[in-house]
Amino acid sequence: MIDNLPFIACAILVILGLYTLTFKRNLIKIVIGLNLVESGVNLFLITLGYKSNAVAPIYTMAAKEEMVLPTPQALTLTSIVIGLATTALILSFTILIYKHYKTIDASKVRRLRE
Amino acid sequence: MINEHLPALVIGLPLLAAFATPLVSKINDKLRNIFVIGILGITLYLVYSLLCNVLNDGIFVYVMGARSTGLTLPSGYKMPVRIILEADAMSVFMAITTAVISLIGAIYSWAFMDKETGKDKFYTLLLILTAGMFGMELTGDMFNFFVFLEITSIAACGLVGFRITRGESSEAAFKTMVLYTLGALFVLFAVGILYGEYDALNIATLASRIQYTMLDKIALGLLLTGLAMKAGAVPMHMWVPDAYAEAPAPVSLVLVVNTQAGLYGLFRVLFSLYGASLSTQTVGWILIILGVLSMFVGVTMALIQDKLKRLIAYGAVSQIGYMLLGVGVGLATLNTPALQEYGMRAMEGSIFHVINDAMYKGLLFLTAGAVIYCTGKRNLNEISGLAHDMKFTSIFFIIGAGAIAGLPPFNGFASKLIIYESVYKFNPMLSVIAILVSILTLAIFVKIFQSAFLGPKLLDVKKEPRSMVLAMLVLSIIVIAFGLFPDVVVDKIVSPAVNALINRMDYITAVLGG
Amino acid sequence: MMSKIVRTITNILYSSILIFGFYIIMHGHLTPGGGFQGGAVVASGIALVLIAYGYDTVRNWFKKSNLSFLESIGALAFIGIAFLGIGTTFFYNFLANSGGLFGDPTVIGINPGNLDTSGVLPLMNWAVGLKVLAGLGSVVLLMAYGIRKGDEE
Repeated sequence: MIDNLPFIACAILVILGLYTLTFKRNLIKIVIGLNLVESGVNLFLITLGYKSNAVAPIYTMAAKEEMVLPTPQALTLTSIVIGLATTALILSFTILIYKHYKTIDASKVRRLRE
Repeated sequence: MINEHLPALVIGLPLLAAFATPLVSKINDKLRNIFVIGILGITLYLVYSLLCNVLNDGIFVYVMGARSTGLTLPSGYKMPVRIILEADAMSVFMAITTAVISLIGAIYSWAFMDKETGKDKFYTLLLILTAGMFGMELTGDMFNFFVFLEITSIAACGLVGFRITRGESSEAAFKTMVLYTLGALFVLFAVGILYGEYDALNIATLASRIQYTMLDKIALGLLLTGLAMKAGAVPMHMWVPDAYAEAPAPVSLVLVVNTQAGLYGLFRVLFSLYGASLSTQTVGWILIILGVLSMFVGVTMALIQDKLKRLIAYGAVSQIGYMLLGVGVGLATLNTPALQEYGMRAMEGSIFHVINDAMYKGLLFLTAGAVIYCTGKRNLNEISGLAHDMKFTSIFFIIGAGAIAGLPPFNGFASKLIIYESVYKFNPMLSVIAILVSILTLAIFVKIFQSAFLGPKLLDVKKEPRSMVLAMLVLSIIVIAFGLFPDVVVDKIVSPAVNALINRMDYITAVLGG
Repeated sequence: MMSKIVRTITNILYSSILIFGFYIIMHGHLTPGGGFQGGAVVASGIALVLIAYGYDTVRNWFKKSNLSFLESIGALAFIGIAFLGIGTTFFYNFLANSGGLFGDPTVIGINPGNLDTSGVLPLMNWAVGLKVLAGLGSVVLLMAYGIRKGDEE
């Protein structure tokens, strides 16, 4: 049971993120929800590579030769970079929405539906 | 020498040109327009030679960064360790659609974007979007597919919100980006699950190791949800009308191919990655239900709109339903002898519908863009009698409307007839629904034509610029040509694509060497 | 513009942050780090200066056109180096184990780390690092500009 704890943590992060994304009305909180989902997925990717009693996969003065899998670490790094670019773009559009609509309540930002 | 490196050049050349565009535009503006159109023309030629190469010699495998381009298994390894580009007939079919539509978008935006500022960023984003779409279509690696999926999401969202003087554009871009990113995160989660189980990211290696366990079912559900979110199938279609309506017209044209690239990803995962190991009846019926819902909801929501581009965008949602319907029927009959009778015909109809939809939907968006450019108004209640001054646009609109409704001799009729015939043998009710939706689509476009183009003249309009007429003329010629000679197109490029999807073992042995 | 204490500490720390960021970029092939991580550290240094001194003062120090030029150079260098190996394949590492620039043979196993190895990788790390620092620096400066205009109206 204790070995599954990281997987449970990332499931909790994804569910909390989806809840925030769906039910909160402030636009900044929607962005935070998206970041929570992304953090959950990144945690899931890193946990996949774990082996017991192994060290970090860096050869410069390492302690021993058994190392955890390095491929999921590269995948997670790519995902973090993509998440950064996405968050920067969404926040820039939030600033523009505030300039035009003078509010960031998602139930009032609805000019396209009428 | 170029013939050995074709897939890498097809992806790399637009990317190199995208980063060189800000430096070129410091010199001269017209030079930058010619540079972008030239690069897209060269890319079209490269994709055409890749098409001839794949249709004559079989699947083209390219290993990035190895000692020679075909060395998938270096000495002593049992599975490929590098990123592999794998171009089979379905990939080059999508790639040639992308190349043609991007070139026409660049030609159209010469005149359309003339008065806007920040045009060098527009062309940079357009080239990055094209490179991302080529990457999605030509890759043979699941994580590489995810990276290119995110590249296209970011570039498309930047282009949708391009006009920052209107508040509605920022709202549409916000919604688009949230839904695209959520879909891509689901895809990454599924790729993580598959990697954790089978220790491979390459599609061919995963396909040779996959068994249909409970975790694989979860991964399949996540992949289906994420890719359907990108394709705009019905429970997840909220972003489609907003994004297509607020983007400038050449961007709406390229976004159509973007959605179809997501649909290509779905087909690749279902047929080449999972293949016959999944329970084809269940997943096939899920696809059919999604398709029928999309067709129906798309066309009924379109009846009540009064903004021109939003209406055409709802029509785009319903056309996605046709593609899902045919492929769903093909998947549902995958392990049965009915596959040879009507399953493959249904898939041929759907895949032919992909290229037809790109052509006539693009033509409709370009005519709507011409109307908005010349009159400055977006609402159907305010325009009337445009056929007096804009003669070319009226003719092109008639061609586009006839094609989407499925009238002969346009290309929509050819692909829809194949879908009606083969789906009827599977279940007659589905075919009746498809024909009903077609009739409603015709009703919608007759309504637009009558209210916008016929009638008394209400406003003074500008003349349409020549580059816009040229772009629309090229699309109309393709629409009519595919409608008059459909069997040439189906035999040459659609049938090899369907065969490539169904023959999973060819895909695996091309990489793993039998 | 923040108080004198913040500005003094920023003056002292700014050069250390820059050097640490460039160290992470340079040693990407030996220790954890590389192009993106080092570029993000340098960009956080730029953000520190922006917060401590306020947008009006900083606007003359970091010109947006210079940052955009650096970004194009970084991006073109990355794709250009990828195209240089096209004689064999796209993205081929033509400098590794060859005795030229960054060309010492790679050591296998646990070792103290030799900076002169790994071929094309340090060059690509520099290209990505330049692009990331210019890109993130531009993003932070433009957001400060956008918010400030909103306060004035």
